[in-house]
Amino acid sequence: MDTEITLRVDGAAHPLTVDTRTTLLDALRERLRNTSPKKGCDHGQCGACTVLLDGRRVNSCLVLAVTVDDAEVTTSNGLAADGQPHRLHRSFVEHDAFQCGYCTPGQVCSAAGMLAEAQAGWPSHVTADLDAEDVDLTDAEIRERMSGNLCRCAAYANIVPAVAAVAAVEGVRR
Amino acid sequence: MREFRYERADDVDGAVALLAADPDGAFLGGGTNLVDLMKLGVATPDLLVDVRQLTSVEVTGLPDGGLRIGAAVPNADLAADRRVRERFPVLAQALLSGASGQLRNRATTGGNLLQRTRCGYFTDVTKPCNKRAPGSGCGALEGVHRNHAILGQTLDGPGACVATHPSDMAVALVALDAVVQVVGPDGERGIPIRELHRLPDDDPSRDTTLRHGELITAVDVPVLGFASRYRKARERASFAFALVSVAAALRVEDGVVADVRLALGGVAHAPWRATAAEAALRGQPATEEAFGAAADAELAAATPLRDNGFKVPLARNLVVRSLLDLVEVAR
Amino acid sequence: MTTIDRLVGAGVDRIDGPAKVRGTAAYAYEQDPGEPIAHLAVVQSTVNRGRITRLDPSRAEAMTGVLAVLTPANAPRLAGDLASDLPVLQSPEVHYQGQVVAAVVAETSEIAKAAVGGVVVEYAAEVPDVVLSADRDDLYAPEKVMAGFDTDSVIGDVDGALAAAAVTVDATYETPAQHNNPIEMHASMARWDGDSLTLWDANQGPHTIVSDLVKGFALEPGQVRVISPYVGGAFGSKAFTHPNQMLAAMAARVVGRTVVFELTRQQMFSLVGHRTPTIQRIRLGADPEGRLTAISHEVVEHTSKISEFAEQTATATRVLYAAANRRTTHRLARLDVPPPTIMRAPGETPGMFALESAMDELAVALGIDPVELRIRNEPAEDPERHVPWSSRHLVECLRTGAERFGWAGRDPRPRMRTEGRWLVGTGVAAATYPTRRRKADCRISVDGRGRYVVEIDGSDIGTGAWTTLSQIAADALGVGLDAVELRIGDSRLPRAGGAGGSTGLASWGSAVVLTARDLRRRLEEQYGGQLPADGLVVDGGVGGESPHAKTHSMHAFGAHFVEVRVDRDTGEVRVPRATSVYDGGTIVNAKTARSQFLGGFSMGISMALHEESQIDARLGHYVNHDLAEYHIATNADIGELDISWLDEPDELANEIGLKGIGEIGITGAAAAVANAYWHATGLRIRDLPITPGKYFRELGLT
Ligand SMILES: Cc1cc2nc3c(=O)[nH]c(=O)nc-3n(C[C@H](O)[C@H](O)[C@H](O)COP(=O)(O)OP(=O)(O)OC[C@H]3O[C@@H](n4cnc5c(N)ncnc54)[C@H](O)[C@@H]3O)c2cc1C
Ligand code: SF4
Ligand code: FES
Ligand code: FES
Repeated sequence: MDTEITLRVDGAAHPLTVDTRTTLLDALRERLRNTSPKKGCDHGQCGACTVLLDGRRVNSCLVLAVTVDDAEVTTSNGLAADGQPHRLHRSFVEHDAFQCGYCTPGQVCSAAGMLAEAQAGWPSHVTADLDAEDVDLTDAEIRERMSGNLCRCAAYANIVPAVAAVAAVEGVRR
Repeated sequence: MREFRYERADDVDGAVALLAADPDGAFLGGGTNLVDLMKLGVATPDLLVDVRQLTSVEVTGLPDGGLRIGAAVPNADLAADRRVRERFPVLAQALLSGASGQLRNRATTGGNLLQRTRCGYFTDVTKPCNKRAPGSGCGALEGVHRNHAILGQTLDGPGACVATHPSDMAVALVALDAVVQVVGPDGERGIPIRELHRLPDDDPSRDTTLRHGELITAVDVPVLGFASRYRKARERASFAFALVSVAAALRVEDGVVADVRLALGGVAHAPWRATAAEAALRGQPATEEAFGAAADAELAAATPLRDNGFKVPLARNLVVRSLLDLVEVAR
Repeated sequence: MTTIDRLVGAGVDRIDGPAKVRGTAAYAYEQDPGEPIAHLAVVQSTVNRGRITRLDPSRAEAMTGVLAVLTPANAPRLAGDLASDLPVLQSPEVHYQGQVVAAVVAETSEIAKAAVGGVVVEYAAEVPDVVLSADRDDLYAPEKVMAGFDTDSVIGDVDGALAAAAVTVDATYETPAQHNNPIEMHASMARWDGDSLTLWDANQGPHTIVSDLVKGFALEPGQVRVISPYVGGAFGSKAFTHPNQMLAAMAARVVGRTVVFELTRQQMFSLVGHRTPTIQRIRLGADPEGRLTAISHEVVEHTSKISEFAEQTATATRVLYAAANRRTTHRLARLDVPPPTIMRAPGETPGMFALESAMDELAVALGIDPVELRIRNEPAEDPERHVPWSSRHLVECLRTGAERFGWAGRDPRPRMRTEGRWLVGTGVAAATYPTRRRKADCRISVDGRGRYVVEIDGSDIGTGAWTTLSQIAADALGVGLDAVELRIGDSRLPRAGGAGGSTGLASWGSAVVLTARDLRRRLEEQYGGQLPADGLVVDGGVGGESPHAKTHSMHAFGAHFVEVRVDRDTGEVRVPRATSVYDGGTIVNAKTARSQFLGGFSMGISMALHEESQIDARLGHYVNHDLAEYHIATNADIGELDISWLDEPDELANEIGLKGIGEIGITGAAAAVANAYWHATGLRIRDLPITPGKYFRELGLT
């Protein structure tokens, strides 16, 4: 069943017709040919499709496009403001935090969303003191918070320092 | 995926009316379970009524010091809520142990309660499953069932089903005696959460006692007033469903158990309130021995399958350890 | 070498990095074919063996937006003697569950997927035979095992030596079926222009795919072009042609426009191969000082009914340790399973789990430190071929690793260390992987202004080849990185073998070096060292194996040291830290090499603790066919990894002195974890993965 929506992606508005069945991920990849977010499972199990939806990280493969026609979508490519790489982009390259690169835009978006969550003081499964005011993104915290993004190349041991470096700059890592 | 209409109602009653008129319709929360199942052909609604912007996204205080959680509160926000973290750590921990950061951002309180089993035969429409296709048999019973139920299963007949309920949050809410507020075609009602999820009995197709068209609007959590915690054992360090989990709360006075709440996840078709263990514990000394005896009392009823017998000692250890940790916290 | 090493060895950032982190590097599915794309989705058999008795596509055909439904009745006939499961839709016979029995082509992916449900298929099916066991009476010895190795090797009198040995170990180890599961699912996009086919495809070597397409569609090699500049991981599943390439090309021909087929994650469990399960009996005999007198390694594994894939599981046992009496064997059962294939270090990975676990058991039986036991059995030459090593530094790896990890002073007794509720232990295992090289062609052209274009059909599946090959070229040409433009991942480029068997950089790098040398010589001889105004093009390459391969045994080596923690209440396992030291010859790029090592090793942790494709013995399918149920390690499962290497170029192996490092990291890793698990708990788990359930089983509580 076709429906008219407007998707706002990386700062630009795109009016388009989608099937109600179309996911945000497929709308981006197949309709808008924005292939920065990747498909690795289509079922919320890998994180490759992670985008920021109104600033929050979500799995775009489980979001129906019709439900977000009023939201702002940011992909990893969209994090590069004015064509300048985002700090996370630079840190990922510098730390070689990927190999095949397929899970990577999802990792980057996830990291961006995760840093904002940490800034807001959200705890995680490994946070010992749930009542603590501030979050300190230790390696263990980063590992847990980034675990929704599978990397089959297993660049994990490099993703952690790549994110940690940015967390330190942003004041959420002591 | 089957074609469907997508609607956003103006209010709760409108949403209920839309669904009441369509036996094949469904409410859409975050979609992290429903859309998944639609892609697999397991769920085939012809109408989706989006309720994410309809029910509350707020957590508000109840007069008794408890909390009312709007049905649309995302799992992530609920876990981060200061009041939840302080008063109901068991709930925050349960939420944080579930799924991933991304999923918790999208998943709603109402949807989380109603997520369906992860049984691999249920999610594969080419395989027998009494829950999905009543009468087709239970593929898991003699098949791959390492992570299936050990308690309260239906082990034979057309109702055979050995699935588990996958929610972590629900286990905590069951321990907390939450009440689920619903609005349906016949009006409003509050369902004690222990009466929401059901055992398979002779009809595993029904996960809950909700009637078609009933919308969850909120979940009320009454005040607890003593220490609680959630502990989940799983096959990888993160982003995995529970093998067994325990939601526990304990009040000890003069070394004696004054009050206790125990619920188990990963062991049954519904979050499992360990009433036998609770009864065995009240008034007993808060010792490792008593905790073990209580766990044994609960697990005496276990009927493990060919490949999941490990869940019995695992559940026992988790119960004992969780209670000992709570004794430690209280010190 | 006439060049100075300037770039080789440096930790140069990936050339493709900036595009990959932003997501602008275009993988197969993301390429622009220049016309609207039609989508393909497949109907798969729900039985393992039998034939289709009825197939009715009419409901699907009637759906709006459906362009065609291909079935065995109407699909284009494929020519040639295509192997295994490549003759897609050519007959109503069914050989494995998940086999493609029909394909829908539609305007959108949503329509194609929905239409799959509109195809009715009925079967006459037989009971599936899918369970491997060591006592099956139909086990057979294949003629050869993978990579051309002998099926069996028998030297001396193994049984006599075992009977006479002071200390013996006799144990059976099992590894489950595993699935490669690169995060990029296999995808093929086909476009025909007349009789010429272009395929944008996720694979490990475009030329390999071309040859099957040429065969199947009865074309000339020049009529098929396969383009694969970026590949989202592979680990073996993308090495060979699978039904997806055939189907995309067939469908594009039928509907007359570009067709794309992207597998679903679930389909990754039936259509693109898996690692065979193994059952391995190891017997070791040793004298009281720990010198091995006998090694026996007998392997049972499966293959499919339609193809023989015999994994070379015991071949590492032929090179790792000295012993006068030795035996390795491989036996296969042909089951109703999808065709197995290679998966990261096929053979060595499961084989080394068994051998290196057994060595640990022997060390315990002897009361000798497991590092020392390995050192005592270091062979002076290849113990079966009786030729010298091109280079072998296993002992240095073990010693350096022990030092870095802090192995000294370890209490050898199990279950002696606890921290809170954690049982803590440490373990060690060796790693080894063969060093080989394949034929590769190369073309280098230079223009009058000193810009070099290096062309070779190599591929970068995450290995870093875009960067490392550019570094090698720049050094060989004596120029900076920015003077070199590399072109890979396109069958129009000079032919080369795919990324597999850790041969990529050895082969492509040698071809580049030799071609570059030739170019520089010609510049010198013909142009007096000046660049000719209209440039110069030189075709060159490398012929295949190193000339020293016949007279020397060539292998990479390594050693893993692992700390394991086991929760005594739940049996949950963590690997908080590990040290690996590698003898990988010349390291071309310190950054990308480290990633290869740690990626391989982490996949070994994943194998040890998580990975297992669970088959339903009665219904015949892999039940846990997605990434929620088939667990691979998450970020939280990987702890601190200390990765290092010895700086020991292997001058005999190839022009660069490298040994190939894509697979060595995973070999032995699972054994190191299992050995540390034993040290932590006193429980010896011989069947992977090491799950909480097995903790309770070993405690006798289930
Ligand atoms: C890979 C993966 C891993 C996961 N791991 C875990 C885990 O470890 N632990 C865990 O607990 N969960 C886990 N989950 C499940 C996740 O928590 C649920 O998918 C989520 O909570 C469902 O919420 P939702 O709002 O997205 O529900 P939806 O998918 O929108 O809805 C689920 C069901 O609830 C109904 N519904 C939704 N809202 C209402 C309402 N207000 N009233 C009545 N009916 C309603 C829908 O009709 C549907 O039937 C995982 C999910 C995935 C995909
Ligand atoms: S356990 Fe329940 S859900 Fe699973 S196959 Fe059996 S009936 Fe279906
Ligand atoms: S593609 Fe969305 S989580 Fe895997
Ligand atoms: S970089 Fe290949 S999957 Fe993460």
